[in-house]
Amino acid sequence: MSMLSLKTFTLLQTATSVGLSALAWVVTGVRPIWNGSLPSDRQRIYFANHTSHGDFILLSACLSEKERAVTHAVAAGEYWGNSRLRRFIAEDMLSSVLINRQWTKPEENPIEIMLSVLDQGHSLILFPEGTRNMTEEPLLAFRSGLYNLSMARPEVELIPCWIENMSRVLPKGQFLPVPLLCRVVFGAPVAVAPGEERRAFLERAHATLLALNPRPERDD
Amino acid sequence: MRHEISILIIGLLAVLTTASIVAAILSARAPKPLSSTLVNLTQRINAWWVMVVLITVAFFFGSDGMTILFALISFAALREFVTLTHTRRSDHWVLLGMFGIIIPFQYWLVWTAWYGLFVIFIPVYCFLLMPAITALHGDTERFLERIAAQQWAVMISVYCVSHVPALLTLNVPGFEGRNLLLIAFLIIVVQGSDVLQYIFGKLFGKHRFSPNVSPSKTWEGLIGGLVSASLLGALLSFVTPFSPLQAAAVAFVACSMGFLGGLVASAIKRDQGVKDWGHLIEGHGGMMDRTDSLVFAAPVFFHIVRYFWTV
Repeated sequence: MSMLSLKTFTLLQTATSVGLSALAWVVTGVRPIWNGSLPSDRQRIYFANHTSHGDFILLSACLSEKERAVTHAVAAGEYWGNSRLRRFIAEDMLSSVLINRQWTKPEENPIEIMLSVLDQGHSLILFPEGTRNMTEEPLLAFRSGLYNLSMARPEVELIPCWIENMSRVLPKGQFLPVPLLCRVVFGAPVAVAPGEERRAFLERAHATLLALNPRPERDD
Repeated sequence: MRHEISILIIGLLAVLTTASIVAAILSARAPKPLSSTLVNLTQRINAWWVMVVLITVAFFFGSDGMTILFALISFAALREFVTLTHTRRSDHWVLLGMFGIIIPFQYWLVWTAWYGLFVIFIPVYCFLLMPAITALHGDTERFLERIAAQQWAVMISVYCVSHVPALLTLNVPGFEGRNLLLIAFLIIVVQGSDVLQYIFGKLFGKHRFSPNVSPSKTWEGLIGGLVSASLLGALLSFVTPFSPLQAAAVAFVACSMGFLGGLVASAIKRDQGVKDWGHLIEGHGGMMDRTDSLVFAAPVFFHIVRYFWTV
């Protein structure tokens, strides 16, 4: 599955994406807040906080149908790839890109897989915390993928996206969502500054994303 | 009833068309870029068009359409209310029950006209059982605040709102089969009063009614709005079982309650540090921003009609 080739959406993928966006609107009334960037056809990496399985549905519901057809969420291969049904849902319905965090073979290198998607002109949705945040902390420390991708493809815009309230809609261990209003705040693009260290960049990107939270005073 | 409905619809269309024309003329004459007040005015009028069309469509589907429309309004209002309050993971099942059980059951009670349970289901059974479920979950953090907010959320967004379609279940002698007109009367008078208060406030507003709660409400707006809305009520008495004088009095009470509803909603928003309840309607904020007055007026209007006009 290494150098996967991406086609335009199949009928199933289009139907799934329209259906899920409609569902996201019914449950959460999701609305984008463009606060520093604007909708665009440009190639982008959207990076967001991650608290629930619904996060990427909410984020892609904020994109136009045209952008959605070339934007892929990056998901954990060891979970979504470990049964035929899950792989079918992740790849054939949601058109996600699966990466293995415990990779061994060179063709499983997550960075290479993500770069191959970017090189076909497509965009990515990335959750740089690496896993769903189940802690009381608002945002976990970032892994290095964001930095590596930006260094390799500096022309791709990195857009921070704060997803509001999803942890309340679908808390840990729950299956049924509670209808609550959600917004996705899209911030100004972040780029690695000349000579900027990995650590420093990741901390800056982390702080930029956290600063987009429209209601940081909430403790729930 | 057809005749009265046609007059109401033509009247509404005439008012909205006039409003749109006035807004277009003001916008054309005003210096560019347009002031936020003018942009907001145009957005509000456009949203009114959508709302009037929606309510008219529901009207043509009769009682069923009205009941479903208000169940959906309850859903949107409850979603906004719960979003603003403090919730914890342990509240998940109570919250799901509010949307999945309380809303459908309350509107089923409206639909089957089961008055005895309709008036006590939320204030008695939900009032006692919701905090019991929360306590059974064993999470006592900010307990009273959480159960109080849940109680308020269902009382306001479900119980109070459901009194609008419940008007269809009232049996007013000599008015059989025309109860939809009671809903039209209530909505037009209360929402009309909101608009009239806004206009009188913008034109003559000087003395603030309650600067701490809502800086935009003025004594001039309140008095002008209430008097003119009562006159509007008297004018519309031909669609109601009321005489013109009675219609004016009922409209006055309903609109006064509506004013208080707006005031309470403003106080809650201020307490929670937000300007609007949500973002459902362009230029109006959320559903609760549009229905706060109707929410307070509906139960009182319902019981006035039930006490004085039904058998």
